[in-house]
Amino acid sequence: MHITSPSFKANARAALADAPLQRALGNLRAGFPGKRAAAVARLPEFEALRDAARDLKNHILEHLDFYLETFEANVKQHGGQVHWARDAEEARQIILGLCQQAGAKTVTKGKSMITEEIGLNDYLAQHGIEPIETDLGEYILQLRGEHPSHIIAPAIHVNLDQVSDAFHAHHGRYGKTERQTEPRQLMNEAREILRDKFLAADVGITGANFCIAETGTTVIVTNEGNGDLTQTLPRVHIAVTSIEKVVPTLEDATLLHRLLSRSATGQEIEVYGTWSSGPRRPGDPDGPSEYHVVLLDNGRSNMLGSEFQDMLRCIRCSACMNHCPVYGAIGGHAYGWVYPGPMGSVLTPQFIGIENAANLPNASTFCGRCESVCPVRIPLPKLMRHWRAREYEKHLTPQGFRFGLGVWAWCVRRPALYRRLTRIGACVLKVLGGKTGRIRSLPLAGGWTAWRDLPAPQGRTFFEQWAERRPGGGR
Amino acid sequence: MSGRDAILGNIRRGLGRGGPLDGAARAACEERLRAHRPVLIPARAQRPHDEQVALFVAMATEAAASVARVAGADDVPAAVAAFLDQGGYPRRAVIAPAQAVSGLDWAAAGIEVEARAARNGDRASVTPAFAGIAETGTLMLLSGPDSPTTLNFLPDAHVVVLDAARIVGPYEDAWAWLRRERGLPLPRTVNWISGPSRSADIEQKLQMGAHGPIQLHIVLVGD
Ligand code: SF4
Repeated sequence: MHITSPSFKANARAALADAPLQRALGNLRAGFPGKRAAAVARLPEFEALRDAARDLKNHILEHLDFYLETFEANVKQHGGQVHWARDAEEARQIILGLCQQAGAKTVTKGKSMITEEIGLNDYLAQHGIEPIETDLGEYILQLRGEHPSHIIAPAIHVNLDQVSDAFHAHHGRYGKTERQTEPRQLMNEAREILRDKFLAADVGITGANFCIAETGTTVIVTNEGNGDLTQTLPRVHIAVTSIEKVVPTLEDATLLHRLLSRSATGQEIEVYGTWSSGPRRPGDPDGPSEYHVVLLDNGRSNMLGSEFQDMLRCIRCSACMNHCPVYGAIGGHAYGWVYPGPMGSVLTPQFIGIENAANLPNASTFCGRCESVCPVRIPLPKLMRHWRAREYEKHLTPQGFRFGLGVWAWCVRRPALYRRLTRIGACVLKVLGGKTGRIRSLPLAGGWTAWRDLPAPQGRTFFEQWAERRPGGGR
Repeated sequence: MSGRDAILGNIRRGLGRGGPLDGAARAACEERLRAHRPVLIPARAQRPHDEQVALFVAMATEAAASVARVAGADDVPAAVAAFLDQGGYPRRAVIAPAQAVSGLDWAAAGIEVEARAARNGDRASVTPAFAGIAETGTLMLLSGPDSPTTLNFLPDAHVVVLDAARIVGPYEDAWAWLRRERGLPLPRTVNWISGPSRSADIEQKLQMGAHGPIQLHIVLVGD
């Protein structure tokens, strides 16, 4: 995938001016937060579950090697195979090898952000194997030649007429020449066409939301049932996942289940929770004959023991981006790589380097909504702050910004001077604000005043007010 | 070095450990796996059995499944016939070989049945359920020679026969039954199913029947 994170600011500007995108983002803002809030309100134990999930994930991370080895042993015991991939390239090669071994011409895919992370589709296509996305949203994007802009609602940026256009342009070869305009008809058309793809595929690739150490099980969570057809009908099932998805027991995975759908879509639970352990058993009339799990690291193990370890608790629910005012204004593509929103602002610098993603940890108002809804209580603003610190250490922050910060730091270390300067500043701003108390334009603050007025301070600084109110002060 | 050793080595380095987990810490993790204790069960899922049955019906209905209640197993074929007629399906179904379903008198209800895995084009299927979970109106189905997984996903309509005595409050109770009655390893596939297939990927408008069944019908036997 082409990385556009370095041009985040230009991406964001373009997104703000993109009318169809803005209409689509309106649907997001109107939908997810309210649904989550309603689901949470129905479960009095929700906050306690979040604490328990945070503690469980912390326990897992502290013993990650042990649980991964246990998981591997149990997968093998039930006739499955586990493949460890250090990085994206290794993962792609392993998966290609498995597909070639199976003599695969076409591969159906359930929704998987990990396969986005490793750029699997292009790689398979380059090697003569056709990947077919089957999640409706992913399918729409594949036809449009796009990547997901959201981790669970990949096509959230696409409007109805754009779906109509995409289907109309691509479905003619299946004899569907009429341009459909109703969501119902469009979905039926995709259902019909993808049915044949499911039945013809040689390999089915899914992700895994959880890997259960105790039983050697991978779990997928879907609403459409495409993941199930993907993994049940072809001869080979490959589950592509990452090392931090392992959990000890069925009961532990159940705890996380109670949080996942409520946090994501506000559903009480997903429609299909599918727990897969190995290939088909003797006497089974259906199911895959081969079962492979690809465990991807790709830099995750480097986060252990670092200030970013907490990020490995993430269960990819999307609540943080659904509640983020920045994501809600610009959508996911502006972030420029696979993972958008607050979780992406922490993960992307890790994966593609802070020098390529320095804008992302700054693309936050630090309002804290992400942390307040995260089911595993990841302190996202704090982690973004850590990236800002690293960015500063690496001298990646812009010259003007560093200079301004330097001047401010010099002043603030001289309290008497600082107070005098702020007093003068406050007075000047008050005068500029005039009768309305609002400043329409100001040198050096054009980035703010181009879009909104700056409320003028009332002429007295915090220190002056504080001195007055203190016991023994002026009041 | 293999990818496996490199990854495990890097994890251990990050955790500040030279080698594999050992001693008391390892024993504690092994004990945790053996005990597989439930972590936190919501009060909603801890009620007397009759309330759990009522909760199951309410939650399954909310998840857009339809529920028909019958007094005994002998009444199931007639209930399925009524469902097929109402949905405009032919009186034909592909059914699970499990005795609980295949042992019923389908001919008497005028339904033509075949016990096998599903194929493309099958309109309706009938399968048994291992358990019903009241907490969210969720069905738990197990794959096996008696219950092919494709029956749960390929047909347009999926009918599940569930004995009311098999309804539990929380998911954890269903796992406990599975451990006790079947033991590990788990079946190839355990399916949790809550309502029919759906997608909101087109303009965030929810539509039923994305890839899996368009209708999920539960025939609840007894009380
Ligand atoms: S960071 Fe938290 S809220 Fe965001 S996707 Fe991950 S688990 Fe969900």
